[in-house]
Amino acid sequence: MKKEFTQGLRDGAPIMAGYFAVSFSFGILAVQGGLSLLQAALTSLTNVTSAGQFAGLQIIVAGSTLVELVLTQLIINLRYALMSLSLSQKLDEGISLWQRLIIAFANTDEIFAVAMAHAGSLTFPYLVGLQILPILGWTAGTATGAIAGSLLPAALTSALGVALYGMFIAVVVPVARRARPVLAAALLAVAMSCVLTALHISAGVSIIVCTVAASAVMALLHPVERGDAL
Amino acid sequence: MTWGYIAVMALVTYLIRALPLTLIHGKIQNRWVRSFLYYVPYACLSAMTFPAIFFATQSVWSAAAGVLAALVLAFFDRSLITVAAGACLAVLVVEQLLTVI
Repeated sequence: MKKEFTQGLRDGAPIMAGYFAVSFSFGILAVQGGLSLLQAALTSLTNVTSAGQFAGLQIIVAGSTLVELVLTQLIINLRYALMSLSLSQKLDEGISLWQRLIIAFANTDEIFAVAMAHAGSLTFPYLVGLQILPILGWTAGTATGAIAGSLLPAALTSALGVALYGMFIAVVVPVARRARPVLAAALLAVAMSCVLTALHISAGVSIIVCTVAASAVMALLHPVERGDAL
Repeated sequence: MTWGYIAVMALVTYLIRALPLTLIHGKIQNRWVRSFLYYVPYACLSAMTFPAIFFATQSVWSAAAGVLAALVLAFFDRSLITVAAGACLAVLVVEQLLTVI
């Protein structure tokens, strides 16, 4: 029991380091967008997701509607539903309903990846240990960025502004390089995104339309085999 | 206003993660739905990054340098942190060069 928990902590430590660095730039962007330090930190603590928070921030800053916010979060975070579904197949049989409700909280891309690579079934202590440090790193990084952002020279905050985008590129490119249909989906989404941005369509709507359209087209043209997805 | 948006965001994100973990048992059977879900993260992250990244820095040229650095590092399978840091560094260097010129 205790061994499982400490093993989880050990596996979560590298994720914490990465999250701290990336959420630092989210903190900077949030404060630049008009959020307070507390609002920025609580957004990170309660969401623990880069892409969703990032898009949500754009929508809050732009003063868009709640409907747009909900739809964007639904689409962007749809992948978590798939990950949770996949994770549920690997859970230890003894895991209860309320334990499932707790570990669902921080099922992020990176935590999911590490959990699925873990040998054997997943216990509750292991998953809690795995999630604690990344959650803390993500929140602390945001708070630090929100505080330091206004103190740092403009050149540095400008440079850190691309950190999140860099992480997104790091997720897409290695897969797109090996799987042509993924490359096609990415290029299709980018092309549409450029057109919609040029037409001054709001960021939230643009992200939804591009994601749904590109994914729907590629699912038609190139459906994945059983082994491909997850 | 902002607090309400943050609360809604957190609730939606949590429900998406929690519902499949508690309600659904077994695998999704529909092939198109599974394929659609497979492409979602890549299409979504790509649409969020481009063209927005070009307007995220003080100059389009420094942003372009950041994009190039990230693409090259990611192509060679560098870690998330390395790619993100490389992009930041490229932006920083080009912006310093631009001020000198």
